[in-house]
Amino acid sequence: MPKITIDSIEVEVVQGTTIMDAARQIDPHTAPPAMCYHSGLNGSGGKCRTCLVKVVQTSETNPRPMPKLVPACRTLVEDGMKVENNSSPEVISARKGIVELLLINHPLDCPVCDQAGECDLQNLTFQHGAETTRYTEDRRRYPTKSLGNLIQLHMNRCILCFRCVYAADQLTDGRDHGVLNRGDASEIGTYIEKSIDNDFSGNLIDVCPVGALTDKTFRFKSRVWFTKPVYAHRQCETCCGKGVLWLKGHEVLRITGRRNAVGEVTEFICNTCRFESKSLHHWEVEGPAPIDQRSVISQNHYTS
Amino acid sequence: MVKLLLDGIEDPSIRYLNGYRAHGGYQSIEKAITMSPLDIVEEVKKSGLRGRGGAGFSTGMKWSFLDRKSDKPRYLVCNADESEPGTFKDRYLMEKIPHRLIEGMIVSSYALGVRHAFIYVRGELIWVAKHLEHAVGEAYSAGYLGNHILGSNFSLDLTIHVGAGAYICGEESALLESLEGKRGYPRIKPPFPAVSGLYGCPTVINNVESIAAVPWIVTHGGDAYSKIGVDKSTGTKLISASGHINRPGVYEIELGLPVEEFIYSESYCGGIKNGRALKAVIAGGSSVPILPAELILKTASGQPRLMTYESLNDGGFTSGTMLGSGGFIVMDDTTCIVRNTWNLARFYHHESCGQCSPCREGTGWMEKILHRIEHGHGTQADIDLLVDVSKKIEGNTICALGDAAAWPVASAVRHFRHEFEFHVRHPDQVTAPNHVANAAAYKYEEITHAKNND
Amino acid sequence: MNPTFSESTLSNINRLLSRYPADKRKSALLPLLHMAQAEFGGYLSPETMDYVAQLLTLRPIEVYEVASFYTMFHKQPTGKYVLEVCRTGPCALNGAESIIDYITRKIGVTINEISSDGLFTVKEVECLASCGTAPMMQLGERYIENLTEQKIDDIIDRLKHGERLDIEPNPENSILFRSCQGQSNG
Ligand SMILES: Cc1cc2nc3c(=O)[nH]c(=O)nc-3n(C[C@H](O)[C@H](O)[C@H](O)COP(=O)(O)O)c2cc1C
Ligand code: SF4
Ligand code: FES
Ligand code: FES
Repeated sequence: MPKITIDSIEVEVVQGTTIMDAARQIDPHTAPPAMCYHSGLNGSGGKCRTCLVKVVQTSETNPRPMPKLVPACRTLVEDGMKVENNSSPEVISARKGIVELLLINHPLDCPVCDQAGECDLQNLTFQHGAETTRYTEDRRRYPTKSLGNLIQLHMNRCILCFRCVYAADQLTDGRDHGVLNRGDASEIGTYIEKSIDNDFSGNLIDVCPVGALTDKTFRFKSRVWFTKPVYAHRQCETCCGKGVLWLKGHEVLRITGRRNAVGEVTEFICNTCRFESKSLHHWEVEGPAPIDQRSVISQNHYTS
Repeated sequence: MVKLLLDGIEDPSIRYLNGYRAHGGYQSIEKAITMSPLDIVEEVKKSGLRGRGGAGFSTGMKWSFLDRKSDKPRYLVCNADESEPGTFKDRYLMEKIPHRLIEGMIVSSYALGVRHAFIYVRGELIWVAKHLEHAVGEAYSAGYLGNHILGSNFSLDLTIHVGAGAYICGEESALLESLEGKRGYPRIKPPFPAVSGLYGCPTVINNVESIAAVPWIVTHGGDAYSKIGVDKSTGTKLISASGHINRPGVYEIELGLPVEEFIYSESYCGGIKNGRALKAVIAGGSSVPILPAELILKTASGQPRLMTYESLNDGGFTSGTMLGSGGFIVMDDTTCIVRNTWNLARFYHHESCGQCSPCREGTGWMEKILHRIEHGHGTQADIDLLVDVSKKIEGNTICALGDAAAWPVASAVRHFRHEFEFHVRHPDQVTAPNHVANAAAYKYEEITHAKNND
Repeated sequence: MNPTFSESTLSNINRLLSRYPADKRKSALLPLLHMAQAEFGGYLSPETMDYVAQLLTLRPIEVYEVASFYTMFHKQPTGKYVLEVCRTGPCALNGAESIIDYITRKIGVTINEISSDGLFTVKEVECLASCGTAPMMQLGERYIENLTEQKIDDIIDRLKHGERLDIEPNPENSILFRSCQGQSNG
C-alpha cells in the first residue's frame, strides 16, 4: 500500500486513493477544503481549485516536485509522495486567492440566506478569506427562475461546483437541469421553465455547498441554529430511510440526509422521506445528530 | 528559401488531387506502407519536429506515449480549431493545399495504427471544411482512404468535423469533448489523451501544421528535416504576420531566421506601415508575453533574437517570450498598449469556458480593471491589483487558458508600466477611443517622459 | 408548428451519422445543430432543439447545454443577414473599432439588434483567423476581408437590393453547413 506524507504526517492508504481522501484519513478538519468535490458523486471535483496542494516529491522513484499546485481531490497518491497542504505558504496564498475570486460575484447575502450556519462557502471564507474586498464593480445578477415547488434556486449564490449536475445524473432517472451558457455567464437552469421533479431530486439541495439550492418547504422558517437536528430512520421502499430531522419543539421543520465528518451526504434519501414525512410519527428518532464542535449549530446548544 | 509546407502554393490547381499529385503529392504514402509503423515514429522523433499548435512539445515523443497495448481503437485527431488571435496559418494551408494535411493524416494514422481519424475544423471556417471534405472525397476515390489503401492491409476513414464557435475547443481535451458532442470543457488531467482520449480510447492530437510536416519527413527522412533550422528548433514554421506591417500574411520560414530580418525584409513583413517606428511585438499568438521593440530584436544580453523556440524564450518571462503558434502581431508607435491589453483581456473573458473558478472569475475581473484604466477611471492601486489578479489565475487553473489570459496582462504591465501610469495620471487625455493612436508622436513622448520620471 | 427536416436534409443526416462510430451518434450534435439553424429560421428555438434531441435520442437539456455554449448558435431570431465583425487585437490594430462603428451607424442598429427592415443584425465576434486581412467580417459562410467604408457601402447596398455578392464557388454536395440566409453555398 502506498505511503504518503502530508504536512509531515505519514499515512498508508490503498492504491487509487486521492490526496484529498488520504488527508481526510489523517484528519478531516485539516484536509484541504473542498467546494466542488463530493466523494459520493463520480467525476466531481477539480473545478473550484480550493483544494490545491503542493507536491514536493512525486514518489519514491520520482523525487521531483510537481511543477504546479495540483487539486488534491483529483490527484492520486503514489508511494513516497510528499505533499504540503497547510504548511505551505504558497498553498495558503493560492487558496486565499481562490476564495477572493469565488466571492467577487457572490452577493454576500448571508443575513437572508437559509444556508447560513451550514454553508461551506461561509466556513471557507471564515478560514481563508480576507476581511475586505478589492472588487468594486457590480456583482453578477441573474433573473429569478423557478425549479418547481420543492427546490429554490438562487443563482446569484451559485459557485458552479457542478455537484447538482452530477447528482441529477447519478441519482435521478433523468436530468432536466444543467449548466447553460459559458464563462462567467454560466448558469444552472432548465433553459425553458420546467420543474425538477423526481424521486431523488431533493438531494440536489443536500449536495449544494452554498445557498443556491435550498429547500423551498423550509424557506425562511428558521435559522438553522435555532433548530435541533436528530437522527431518525423509517421504513422506506425507495431509499435508505436514514435522515436528520431538524426540529423546533416537536415540529419537524426540515429533513435532510446525514452528513459525514466533512459535511457530505453520502446516503441519499428520497423525496417522500424528505418532503412528505414531516411529522415525528413518520420516524423513529435515534438521538441527537453529531454536529461539529465549531459549528454555529452546536454553539447554540439546540435552542428550542 | 526552403518550402516544405507551402511548396507549390502559387499554383491554384494544387487545391485539387491532380494538381497536388503533379507537385509530387501522396508519394509518402507509397513509401510509408513499405515501412513498419514504429520506424515512421522513429523518423518523426529523429526529425525533431515540435508541435506547432503552441506548446512546442516533441511530436515523435507524443506519438511514442500512445497506449498501443490497449485493445480499444486508437484515434488521431487533427486540431484545426485555429482561434488564437493573430494566428491564421492553418486556415491558409487547409484552404490552399487541403491534400497536404490529408496526406499527413494518412501517413500519421498508419504510423499510429489508427483506423479512424478526425479533423476538427473551427465552425466559422466552414468553407475551409468544405474544401477539405471535397479533398477527402477525392482521396477516397483515388484509393488513398478507405479499405486497403493502395492495396495494402492498412485501412483508414477520415471524418471532417466542424465546431461551432469556441476558442477553448482548441485546447486538446476540450476539443475531444466537443467532438463527442458536448460542451467544450477541458478535461482534468491525468489521464492524458494518449491513454484515454476520444471516446475514452488512446488518442493523439496534433496541430494541422505538425501533421502536414509528416509527409515530407517520411519521404526525405527525419535526419534531412533535422538539418533544417537550428538546434532544437528544426524544420520550417508557418508564421502568421499581422498588425502594423506592410506585408501581412502567412510566411514559411526556416527556424533560426533573425526577428529583425523577418520584420524588415521585403521577403517577409516588409517593415512597419507608413514608415513608423516599431513599438512592440506579440510573437507567438495573443497568449504569449508582449515584448517592446528593444527586447524583441535583441535578447537582454544583446544577442540578435532569432525565430526559434529557444531564442524567443531567452530571458524567460522577464525579458523573453514564446514562439507559441507563430502568430506574429506587430505594433507601431501609435499603439495604445493599455487598449490592446484590454482588448485581449476581453477576448479571454469572453472565451473562458467557466468550469474552474480562477479563470471564470479572474478573467472578468481583469477585463473590468483594464477597462477602467483604459477609460480614465483607474487608480495607481489598480495597476498592482491587475498584476495580482493575474497571479491568482496563473498556474491554478484546469487548462492553459488561465495562463494564456494572465501572461499578456502581466507582461504588458511589466514592459509598459509607464503607459498604464500615464492613463491613471492623465485621465483627461485618454477618453477618446483613439487616444495615443492619433496624436502619437506627441503623446508617446509624454508617456516616455512619465517613464523617465519614475 | 413542430419543426421537421426536409427529406433531403434527413438523408444528409444519415450520411453525417455514418461518419461517426455507430454508438457515438451524439458526436453529430454540432453539425446537426448547424443544419437545424439553417433550416429553421436562422436560430435555434426550444422546439428546434427538442427536435434535434429527439433525432439523436438525447435529453433536451443536453442539447440546450451544448447550444448555449457555442457562439455560432443563435438562440434568438436575427436579421436575414448577420454581419459578424471581428473585434479582436490584430483587427483592432487595423481599425476594427471604427469599422464596427461605421457599420452600425450605416445600418442604424446597435450590436445584436435586428434592423427595422428585418435585413440585418450586426454582431461583434472574436478573431476569425483572418488577421492578415484585417479588418474583416463574416457573412454567412464567407469572409469579407480588408474592409473599408466604401466596401461596406457597396455590400450593404447590394444586400438591400437582394443582389448576390460575388462569391468564390465552394465544392458542391457538402453536407456541412451553417445558417446563412440568402448566402447559402457562400
Ligand atoms: C486555450 C487553448 C487554445 C488552444 N488552441 C489551439 C488551436 O487553436 N490549435 C492548435 O493546434 N492547438 C491549440 N492549443 C494547443 C492544444 O491544446 C494542443 O497542445 C495542440 O493541439 C497539440 O498539437 P501539437 O503538439 O501538434 O502542437 C490550444 C491550447 C489552449 C490551452
Ligand atoms: S482555465 Fe478557463 S478555460 Fe480552462 S478549464 Fe478553467 S475556466 Fe475553463
Ligand atoms: S474540491 Fe478539489 S477542485 Fe474543488
Ligand atoms: S483578429 Fe480579426 S481575424 Fe484575427
